[in-house]
Amino acid sequence: MKLPHIIGIIIIVVAIGVIVSTTKDVSTYVNFTEASKIAESGNNGEVHVVGKLKKDQIGKIIGMQYQPQIDPNYFSFILIDNKNQERKVVYSEPKPQDFETAEQIVIIGKVEGNDFKASKILMKCPSKYQDNKVQVPPQKQARL
Amino acid sequence: MVHLTVGNIGHLCVIISFVASLTAAFAYFKTSSENNLQNSSWLLYARYSFYIHLLSVLGIIGSLYLIIYNHYYEYQYAWQHSSNSLPVYYMISCFWEGQEGSFLLWIFWHAILGFVLINVDKKREAPVMAVFAIVQAFLCSMILGIIFFKIKIGSSPFILLRDAQPDLPVWKIRPDFIPNDGNGLNPTLQNYWMVIHPPTLFLGFASTLIPFAYCIAALWKKKYSEWIRPALPWVLFTVGVLGVGIMMGAYWAYETLNFGGYWSWDPVENAVYIPWLVMVASLHAMIIYRKNGNGLKTSIILAISTFILVLYATFLTRSGILGNSSVHSFTDLGLSGQLLIYLLFFLIISIAISVLRWKYIPTSTKELEIYSHEFWILIGATILCLSSFQILATTSIPVYNKIGDLFGQAWNFAPPADPILHYGKIQLWFGLVITLLSSIGMFTYWKKASDIKFWQQLIIPLVISTLIWIALVISLEIRNFVYMTLLLISLFSLVANGSIFIFIVRKNFKIAGGSIAHIGVAMMLIGILFSAGYSKVVSLNRTGALYSKQDFFTQNNGKETKENTMLWVNKPEKIDQYQVTYRGRRIEPRNMPGYLHPNLLSPTQIDYKSIANEDIIKNGKTYYKKGDTVETFPENTYYEVEYRDDKGKIFSLFPRAQINEKMGPGILASPDIHKEWFRDVYTHVSSVPDPKGEKNWSKSEIFTASIKDTFFINDYVAILENVTRIKDYDNIKFSEGDAAVKATVKILTEEKNYTLSPVFIIKNQMVGSPVETDDDLGIKISLTNIDPKEGKFTFKVNTSQKDYIIMKAMEKPLINLLWIGVLLIAFGVGLSLFKRIKDVKENKEV
Repeated sequence: MKLPHIIGIIIIVVAIGVIVSTTKDVSTYVNFTEASKIAESGNNGEVHVVGKLKKDQIGKIIGMQYQPQIDPNYFSFILIDNKNQERKVVYSEPKPQDFETAEQIVIIGKVEGNDFKASKILMKCPSKYQDNKVQVPPQKQARL
Repeated sequence: MVHLTVGNIGHLCVIISFVASLTAAFAYFKTSSENNLQNSSWLLYARYSFYIHLLSVLGIIGSLYLIIYNHYYEYQYAWQHSSNSLPVYYMISCFWEGQEGSFLLWIFWHAILGFVLINVDKKREAPVMAVFAIVQAFLCSMILGIIFFKIKIGSSPFILLRDAQPDLPVWKIRPDFIPNDGNGLNPTLQNYWMVIHPPTLFLGFASTLIPFAYCIAALWKKKYSEWIRPALPWVLFTVGVLGVGIMMGAYWAYETLNFGGYWSWDPVENAVYIPWLVMVASLHAMIIYRKNGNGLKTSIILAISTFILVLYATFLTRSGILGNSSVHSFTDLGLSGQLLIYLLFFLIISIAISVLRWKYIPTSTKELEIYSHEFWILIGATILCLSSFQILATTSIPVYNKIGDLFGQAWNFAPPADPILHYGKIQLWFGLVITLLSSIGMFTYWKKASDIKFWQQLIIPLVISTLIWIALVISLEIRNFVYMTLLLISLFSLVANGSIFIFIVRKNFKIAGGSIAHIGVAMMLIGILFSAGYSKVVSLNRTGALYSKQDFFTQNNGKETKENTMLWVNKPEKIDQYQVTYRGRRIEPRNMPGYLHPNLLSPTQIDYKSIANEDIIKNGKTYYKKGDTVETFPENTYYEVEYRDDKGKIFSLFPRAQINEKMGPGILASPDIHKEWFRDVYTHVSSVPDPKGEKNWSKSEIFTASIKDTFFINDYVAILENVTRIKDYDNIKFSEGDAAVKATVKILTEEKNYTLSPVFIIKNQMVGSPVETDDDLGIKISLTNIDPKEGKFTFKVNTSQKDYIIMKAMEKPLINLLWIGVLLIAFGVGLSLFKRIKDVKENKEV
């Protein structure tokens, strides 16, 4: 082994080690129960939870709090995950525009105490564009 | 009338281009197999096939452009990506909104590059173009749009609406139905950067094929080493064009999206960045080979890897596999199988031919020495590859889940929750090592170094950069260890490469490209360090403290959770060193600079056309007369935010909220940026009242007041100043017995006073109280009764919520260094490109 080989190998080994260490950043899709377990185990990593907003029978959203006049940086709502577990979600950013229309919500963050503290919210919304269908205007009667 | 001809011509051109590329590939293959290259009749046949291919590609583009330009909405592509209101200069962007059009753009660049290659390198034409034509055949098949034994091959841009959406009930009643308007181009693409960024990027993408084709041709024809010289200018070209293309996208993102930066490590961004890094590595390997014969195998592996990674990027972004993990990948057109075959075909061919030829590839017998430049540069190239590998490994997470699915495993891997942190903490160190190696590599490359002298030469730059570093660390109060290290290394690289530059320029400016580019890299790194590391949120909300008794809102009263601030219209707030005032909403006109107050315009039936309420004058020029039609961008609303700094200097920013159904419901906020030499002030709205929503007015309130009385409207102090008789009102002619009075009501706000003037009219014994509205104040007022005996006046008032925005403002120090660095890299690469082209020309027969 010559000196350049040794230096080269050291640099490369360190770099690979660094890459391997980033694999622990990989997040997972979980439900609230699993998210709580992860938090209780002392793991500080953030997880993804997929769910829906809590609504009453007539489709009104329950438990959503946003009062920008008092604090524009505090938004909370109740999310029901795929296992029908519900939990209060707290978000320290303004309420995303048209949050109410979201069909499905992905929250990224971690459980803190009783709440889920979200650092990011992704919404899946019904969209005219996603259907990608022509809206046919009502046909006008031809005049004779 | 349904215009079938143009689409049929277009589709015919697609088929011709596909067939012609296949024949060209076959004929070039035959030519390569024969020994007498120049006189082969196969060669002429191949060349003409490729020219026919090129012409038919132009035919496809022409037909598609005609369809879009003439608004032929009977075609799915025109309907989906264009609309009547789309300005002509954005029509070209329709080509890359859709997946078919962007394939077309890619095919177009390949065809042009192929044409250039045929004419500049006749010696290697046959084998290189054989590879080229095969790739073209694969790409053309993506837009073929034919069904072959029940298998759909490609997706044609010329498909008719009625074939694309056969389930619509309208076809039964009206088979010739044509929509009146299209779905429109995504408004975020209606930006000048989006006119030039995609073509540049695709040109860079397309040109990665050339080094690959040269390399495969070389392995195939067993001429292992001579391809490097002619391929090298193309590698430089690719590095430059693709790099500039990527940074144009970054700049667009900085200006248009609101994540507060220029790079978000989105999978689509990564997908282009990964091959670029590998291409840069291969450039360095090839330069070493040209200098002293080392690094041939490395060059071969890297040239092949770059192209395979381009194909992988194509697969990632176009197969729909990224799904929700990226905002701007294309929707799946059902081409994933075809894309996978495309990727695997070239992967297997390349691996097979490399393995077969590996032992014949000559290797240098020279030893690598620690003081030799090839050692440092090869280590640098390796680090570049590792850096790209780390990005690749994380970006491919959705692919792992798919592979897991194949084996019945539900892995549920999700991308890192904070991609900027995840990539940043690793790429930072890679960037640091690469910058360091770039300076050491340059020193060893240019200065014949022996053991002791080598280190002596580095001492001067080291001392200079350390002195600058100490001064900066003290004056800027940099205390973060990582940033301190990063700053030292990049300063060292800047000074070291600067001294190399001075050393070279004394001899010959034309060979200084490398040092200029490396100075650019160091500047970029410093720019990134400051603009990202010392980006400061200036809009920290301090008003929350007033409500501290309500613990519901303050349990998260940490500083990092208070980044947005609320501004009521015309109510100044103190934000950092600024006094910031939200001045109200503005509209963007199409054919004049600046923004307009909404009161200047009245709406019409067509959403992008309005009528001017008065003459519209800007900078002394009258753009519209009263009653003229003004074209606007109706989906955009701008919010004028005025900044006044502590020296009294004023500037206004116009952040935007865009209604963009293509990006989902809700608004898409774009920032506005105030540029200064040493920093940018960046502002975007985070939440606004629905720009298109109707205002909710309160129930009517009745106020009765005498002159000089004070009362409260919508929390403002209002004073009835006086009431005067008026002679005319809004072109109404008064005759005898008619009368009108005008009340002057002064509204006091913290900043300025408004005057509202409701009138009371008696005409033909009828009483009228027209309503006066001020949207900024949220007040509707009318004078409904006058009691002359008591001197009392009665007003009816409705109020609405005052307009407001919630916004976030950031300061980005030294971001200009980043852009200057990019320009320097582009300039340096361009300079080297000319040097290498000259090298090829002077050695044509070698």
